[in-house]
Amino acid sequence: MANDGVLIRARGLVKRFGDFVAVNGIDVDVRAGEAFGFLGPNGAGKSSTMRMIGCVSPPSGGELRILGMDPRRDGPAIRARLGVCPQLDNLDPELTVRENLTTYARYFGIPRRVARERAAELLEFVQLTERANSRVEPLSGGMKRRLTIARALVNEPDIVLLDEPTTGLDPQARHLVWERLFRLKQQGVTLVLTTHYMDEAEQLCDRLVVMDGGRIVAEGSPRELIERYSTREVVELRFGGEEQESFAGKLTGIGERTEVLPDRILLYVADGDAAVTEVHARALTPASVLVRRSTLEDVFLHLTGRTLVD
Amino acid sequence: MVSLVLPRLMSLRGPARRSISVAGRNVTALRSAYWIVLLSGIAEPMLYLLSIGVGVGRLIGDLRLPGGPVVSYAAFVAPAMLAASAMSGALAETTFNFFGKMKYLKLYDGILATPVRPFEIALGELGWAMLRGTLYSAVFLAVMVAIDLTSPLRALAALPAAVLVGFAFGGLGMAISTFMRSWQDFDLLGSAQFALFLFSGTFVPAQAYPSVLRWVVEASPLYRAVDLIRGITVTGFGVSQLVDVLYLAAVLTIGLVVAGRRMERLLCR
Repeated sequence: MANDGVLIRARGLVKRFGDFVAVNGIDVDVRAGEAFGFLGPNGAGKSSTMRMIGCVSPPSGGELRILGMDPRRDGPAIRARLGVCPQLDNLDPELTVRENLTTYARYFGIPRRVARERAAELLEFVQLTERANSRVEPLSGGMKRRLTIARALVNEPDIVLLDEPTTGLDPQARHLVWERLFRLKQQGVTLVLTTHYMDEAEQLCDRLVVMDGGRIVAEGSPRELIERYSTREVVELRFGGEEQESFAGKLTGIGERTEVLPDRILLYVADGDAAVTEVHARALTPASVLVRRSTLEDVFLHLTGRTLVD
Repeated sequence: MVSLVLPRLMSLRGPARRSISVAGRNVTALRSAYWIVLLSGIAEPMLYLLSIGVGVGRLIGDLRLPGGPVVSYAAFVAPAMLAASAMSGALAETTFNFFGKMKYLKLYDGILATPVRPFEIALGELGWAMLRGTLYSAVFLAVMVAIDLTSPLRALAALPAAVLVGFAFGGLGMAISTFMRSWQDFDLLGSAQFALFLFSGTFVPAQAYPSVLRWVVEASPLYRAVDLIRGITVTGFGVSQLVDVLYLAAVLTIGLVVAGRRMERLLCR
C-alpha cells in the first residue's frame, strides 16, 4: 500500500475510444477510509474512469496507480483487493442467491468453507437471508442491487467501487442501499462511487469531484463545493405562462446570480426571505415561491450551465 | 536468476486455479434441464449409428478400405459418429452457451472484475466443455464395444483421442463465437457443421471423391478427427494418425489463443 494513505492515484488519466475522448486528463487521489465520489451527468466519463480503476479497461494515457500497483501489469493482484458493483447488474441468473456469492468467492480463490461462512454473513448484512435459495430472476431491483453489493464484498476488499449504486431503484430501495453503504463507510471501507444524483453524493461522499465532458471541473467536500460555487440559499420562482425569460430582466439586482431554466427562475441569494420580499416589492407575482438551501445540483448548474438529470 | 524464474513458475498455479473456478461455476449451475440437453447429446450419434451404420449397412455390406482391410459398414461409420459427437458436444458448449454467457448474461463482465483473466475464462469454459464431451465419448465407446464394433482395449485408447477432438473443436468454437454478431450467425455455423458431418469421410471414404475435392475433405478438421479415431478403433495407427494429432493440437492452440485475445478486446475495452 502507498505509505501516504493514497489508495488510488491518477495523473493526467485519459481514456479514448477511437476518436472519442471519454476521459480527458484527470487527476484524482483517493485516500484510505474515505468515501469518494464522481458526480456528473450521463456521458461525463465517470463509468470509463471506474472501469479503468477496476482494471478491466486499460488507460489510453496518463498515470494510474491503485494500491501502489500498476493496472497494466498487476491487474489480477489489484482486482483481488477490489470489490466492484457495476452499473448494470451482472449477477449469474443460472445460480441461486447464495451460489452467486459462493461461486464468486471461488474466482478469488477463497476456500469453499470460508466462502460459505462469508456468504451467510453477507446475506445477513444485505437482508437477503430469506431469499438465499431463490434464483436471481424473481428478485426486485433493490434486492438485486443489494446482492451485487454483497458480491462485491465477498473478498473483503480494500476498496469498493460502486457505479451508480442506486440508479433505477425506487426511493425506499435507495434508502436501504444508502443505509448499508453508510455502514460500510463506518467500518472503514474505502468507497469510490459514481452518481448523477446530488442527494446521493451529499449523503455518502466525504469528498467528490464534479465531472463534465471527460474533465474534472471542481473538487472538494459537498459542503466546500456549495460554499465555493453557490450561495447559502436559493429562491425558486415559477411564473405562469411560458416566458420565464421575460421576468428575468425584472429580477436583476436581487441576489448574486440568476439562472433561468425552462420551467423556473433560480435566484442565488444569502437571505431567501429578504429576496422574496424584494420580489414582491417589485410588484411581481410568481405562481409559486420556494426558498431552499443550496445543493450540489446548484454547484453543477453554476459550473456547467446545465442540470444534472435531464 | 532463481529468484527471477521461480515466481514465474509459481504464478502458473494462479491461472490454473482460476480456470478451474470458472469450470466449477458450471458444475454449480447444473440443473435438471441441463441433463435433458446432455442426454440428447448422447442419443443423437447413437441414432445415426443404428439407422445408417447398422440399417443402411445391411444394404451395403462390407467395405474394402484403401490399404486392404475389409470392415463392416457399421464399423466404418461408428468411429466417425464418435468423432462427430465429440465435435458437436464441444461446439454446443463453446458456441451457443459461451456466446450467450458472454453477450447476453454478461457473465464474464462480472468474472473479469475478479483476478480471473480472459484467457483463463476461455480455458475454464473449454475444460468444462471437455468434461461433457468426454462423457459422450465414453458412453459411445462402451456401445461400440457392446455391439462388437471394436475391442475394449482399442476403445480405451480411443477415449483420449476423442477428448483431443473435443478440445480442438472446443477451441475452434470459442474462437468463432467471439466473431459472432448475433444469434443469426449461428445458423451459418450450423450449416457448416452439418456439411462437415456429411462430407468428412464419415459415411463415404474420402477416396471416393474426385481428387480436388478429396484434398478439401482431407484438410477439414472433422476428417482429421475421424481418421484418427477410425485408425485407433478399426484400421490401425499410422503416420496419417500422427498428422491428425498434430493438426488437432494446432487447432486447439490457435483457437484458445484467438479466443483469449478476442475476449480481451471485446470485454476489456
